[in-house]
Parts: sequence; structure tokens; C-alpha cells
Amino acid sequence: MTSDHVRQAGPIVIDIENITKDYVMGEEIVHALRGVTLQIRRNEYIAIMGPSGSGKSTLMNMLGCLDTPTSGRYEFNGKNVAEMDDDELAAVRNREIGFVFQTFNLLPRSTSLRNVELPLIYAGIEPERRIERATQVLTDVGLGDRIHHKPNELSGGQRQRVAIARALVNGPSIILADEPTGNLDSKTGEEIMELFEDLYERGNTIILVTHERDIAAHARRTVHLRDGLVEMDHAGFIPELDLPIPETTST
Amino acid sequence: MKRFLYELTESWKIAAAQMRSNLTRSTLTALGVIIGIIAVTLMGTAVNGISIGFDKSMAVLGDDVLYVTQWPWKPVDDWWNYRDRKKIKTEYAETLNRMIAATPNSNLVIAVPTSNLMRSIKFGGNQVDNVFVLGTTSDFIVTSTIDCTAGRFFNELESRGGASVVIIGYDVADALFPSESPIDKSVLINGQLFKVIGVNTRQGTFLGLFSWDSMVAMPLSAFNKYFSAKSESDVRVKVKDKTKLADAKDELTGLMRRVRGLPPEKKDDFSINEQQAFKSTLDPVKNTIAIAGLFITGLSLFVGAIGIMNITFVSVKERTKEIGTRKALGARRRTILLQFLIESTALCLLGGFIGLAFAYLMCFGIGKAFPSFPIHFSVGLVLISMIVSILTGLFSGFAPAWTASRLDPVAALRYE
Repeated sequence: MTSDHVRQAGPIVIDIENITKDYVMGEEIVHALRGVTLQIRRNEYIAIMGPSGSGKSTLMNMLGCLDTPTSGRYEFNGKNVAEMDDDELAAVRNREIGFVFQTFNLLPRSTSLRNVELPLIYAGIEPERRIERATQVLTDVGLGDRIHHKPNELSGGQRQRVAIARALVNGPSIILADEPTGNLDSKTGEEIMELFEDLYERGNTIILVTHERDIAAHARRTVHLRDGLVEMDHAGFIPELDLPIPETTST
Repeated sequence: MKRFLYELTESWKIAAAQMRSNLTRSTLTALGVIIGIIAVTLMGTAVNGISIGFDKSMAVLGDDVLYVTQWPWKPVDDWWNYRDRKKIKTEYAETLNRMIAATPNSNLVIAVPTSNLMRSIKFGGNQVDNVFVLGTTSDFIVTSTIDCTAGRFFNELESRGGASVVIIGYDVADALFPSESPIDKSVLINGQLFKVIGVNTRQGTFLGLFSWDSMVAMPLSAFNKYFSAKSESDVRVKVKDKTKLADAKDELTGLMRRVRGLPPEKKDDFSINEQQAFKSTLDPVKNTIAIAGLFITGLSLFVGAIGIMNITFVSVKERTKEIGTRKALGARRRTILLQFLIESTALCLLGGFIGLAFAYLMCFGIGKAFPSFPIHFSVGLVLISMIVSILTGLFSGFAPAWTASRLDPVAALRYE
């Protein structure tokens, strides 16, 4: 499967070739990824799908530079990420990747502003610019009037918006969202997906990791994983293909 | 560098927020450090006080006075060699003074004889036992920093004539004359009446080391007249220039050999001492007290530090997910390490401040209640306590902070 049918032909951001990841679990070695090849270009909106145990989470951790592959090549914006040490990876995560988590992962005792400011602190931005930038991004996601609220004073949807603002604040190359609607009711979930749509229209690159077909349907490209391999990689969303797929169609 | 500064500021803010939100826990943990700092600081003030007390007692000896004695002011292993030495006689002083006067450019000024023994002293119904009775000449004031709060020291006339007059120490005066002036009263020493002509300025006493507070001084001729029993005699010699103490000592040794009529092949049969020699024998004692005291009280601070370490470990465990999130957002290992180090340090500093405040109040209270208790609070002590607090924080926070900084971000994010 290639990605030459991708609508926008932006420069390649993520270039993964034949990566594998093995875990040692007790006596056993688990092959979470068995050789995944994938290219993601700028301003793509891509969903990574797969049942649990398919290697979806492992791939997400790789893409998010939270983990390094056992073997294979991973280039992020032309830089070899596979061999970076912890601090170099932290710098990549800080500047290039915006994480959105299922459980929001906001710092509970800090205001929206302080939460959004955090990546800017780690990037070494001076205080005035931090506040200016964080306020701007919070306003962009529709929380201009909530910047001094703490997470427990916000609704679930608002919390996720704060998290999205935090992901956006350093102007990352990709936004990596792991089940972003998993903890929200469907109406709020739809609103969040509209926000992602909006961000995509504004030129952001979005990678959704989900097992929900309704959510994946928002993406322009879908990658199906199964048993640590890419099973399908296609443009758009083909609902019928997301059903359990017979073994024969595996690559 | 700038980033480090921002991260530092951020860490302090987090630490403050963390303490506020876990108030009970923080207070209880800080209590360990509070107690530790109180103990260490009080010990420090005591050590300080002891040191000052020593110095004060030393000052009585004078740093420009040489003492000619039978025994040296240092521990000796071959005591039998000293036991049989001839006693120092008060008459030597006169001989020495004649020699000094005959020596051009002498480094010595004057020799003053002293004799002493312990006696009881009475006035009316009051009695003080074991008072150090000193017999000397009116030249004594040249060799010693002695002041009178009331009255005066005896003059040359009284000194030569052996008048029955005494100068009494502050504590003696206080015990014998609780509510009246001792001047011109007659006190009873060894069945003999002496007229009080002066009272010494209070000097403060410490460990019963030389203090004028509990002694009386009288003219040597009166002393010899009434206390013929075994008394100890020394000769003290004032030095002209205390920077040339060694020269003066050599000169005095020469003079004393002449006084004793020693042939060149014989060893000295007397000792010449100065304050410094005494100090160097006492300093190890002082240091041992300080080290032992600080070590024992340091243990309580160590227990406090373990408390902080424990709570920081708990904090790291509780906030594993937060650590994962921070790492995902770009926090490096150093950032996380710094954050937890600062949290533990902030706790210790807070404990240190509170402990220090308590210690200060306690010192103040003790100082008021027992003025003679050797306790001394100083700015240096405050600084040292603060540094100790910070070091305790860094020490106790290091292991948990290191653990936190090494957490695998994937595992940390998944932690519930």
C-alpha cells in the first residue's frame, strides 16, 4: 500500500520504514510491531485504526517519539529519530508534536493558561510571550473567557479544548490525538471533531489514533493495523472495510 | 540558560502549589525537619556559647602574660619528673624585676607574684565555700584585666603593709551581700577579718574555669601572714610586645635559670606557660564536644530528611501520570529531576525557617531565664542552618527525583 493517492502532496513529515518493536514480557518476547512502513505528509488528516493488540498504541508511541523502535528507520522532518537519546526526543516532542490524550492529562491544580504555557516553558520562551501566545491559542479554540479557570471548573469538552490548545501552542508539525473523544459524550465528541476539522483546514497535520469508526470517518486517510503490520492504508474512509477483515486481505 | 531559569521558576511555583494542596502532609513532613533544625541549631548555639565561654576564661589569663609555674599547662606523661621540682617562690618576682630593670631593651615589663588556695568566706549568716583566694601585689592590675564595679583594687601601700583588705568577685559579693553594698564591710576568711574595698565587674562563669566572679584577692603580705599553709605560688610576667612572645619566653627562661642557679647542663626545673599553650590543650576538648553534639543532634535531622525522602517518593508515585504528561510535552530528564529536587528542598527550607524561628525564641527564653547559660545565636548560625536545610532537601530529594527523571514516558502515561 502506498500513499501516493493522498490529496495534499505536502513535504513528508514522518517517514517510517520497516520498523519493529519487541517487548520482553516476563519470559516471552512480544512482537508489537513486525515491520511497519508509513509516510505521512504535511497537512494530512490520518486515522490509525486497529483492534486492541494490533500495535496501534505502540505505533502511536513511536510516532510521538515517546519510544524508539527496536529496528527500522524513522525520520521526522528528515531527522533520524530512531537513534536519538531521551533529551533529544524530549526536544522533538516539545517542538514538533502536539499530544492530545483521551484523559486530557491536564495538570489539575493549574489554570488553563498555566497548562497551555507549559510546553512554552520547556521551549524556553520568555514569560510575556508565553502568556500572549497561550492566551491567543486558548482564544482560537474558543476558550478566551476561560483562561483563568482550573480543570475542575471546566466541562469535559472544555478540558479537551485546553488540551488541544496546549498541543497547538508550540506550532507543532503534527498533532497526535489518542482517542480524543473517548471520555466525552457523543455530542461533545462531535464538537471536538469539528475543532479538529477546523485545525486541519487551517493547515495542521493531524494523526488520530482510535478504534471508533465514527471518529475515524473524519480523517482523509485511514491506516489499519493488525498484528503489528499495516493491513490497509487507503484514502478516505471506507466503512465496510473497517469491519473485521478476512485474513486473505492482509499484506 | 534562560530555559533553565524558566524551568527553575516553574519548579518553585509547582512546589508551592504542591505544598498548599497537601497542607497536612507537608506540615507533618516538615515537622521532622523543624525538630531536626531546632536540635541542630540549639546545639550550635551551645557550641558557640561554649567556645565564647572558653575564650572569655582565656582572656582572664591575658595574651601578653607569661606564667612561671612548677607544672606545665599541658598533660604530661612523666609526671614524676615534675613532682620533685622545687616550688616556685613568690620572692622570685622581686629578683626577676631587678634583673628586668638591669637588662637593656628587655622584652619583659614586670613580674608579679601570686599565691592561692581555697577557703570559705563568711559574712553574717552567709557563707561561700571553696573560694579561690589570691594573694598578690598591687602590680597585679598591670598583668590582668581586672575592673571594679564598686570600690578599687588595693594600692601599693596596702600591698607592702599587708593590710587586711580584699577585693571580692561578683558572685561572692552577690552571695554574701544579697541586699547591701559590700564596700567597707568586713568578711571572715579563715577566722580573720578582711575589709572589702572593691567588687569585681561581673565576668560570667563557664564550666568553673578561671573566673574572677568566684574569687577574692588580697595583698600577698597579708596572705602570707594568715595563710601559711600549703598554697600554690606562681609568678606572672607581663610581656612588652605580645608579637614577640617567643623571644620574651626565651629571655624569661634565661632569667629563671639564673634565679634557680642552674648550670648549663641541667634541664629547666620550672615551666613557662602562656595562654596559647592552655588553649591548645583545651581546643581538642571543645572540638570533641562540638563534633559529638552536632553528630547526635544531626541524627534527628537525618530522620527528618528520611521523612522528606519518603514523602517525595510518594509524590513521585502519585504523580507518575503527570510526569508522563510533562515528558510528552517536552520536559527533559533534567527538568523533572529539578522539579522534585526543588519540591523536597522547598519543604526542608520551610522546615528550616520554622525550626530556626523556634530555636531563636528558645534561645531568647533560655537567655532570659538563665543568663549564665552559654548559648549564643548568631547570623552565621542562621546561614549555616539554611544551608543545612537546603543540603538536607537536596540529599533527601535526590533518590526520588532521580527515579522520576528516569521514568519511561510510555509507562508513566499509562500509569493509573
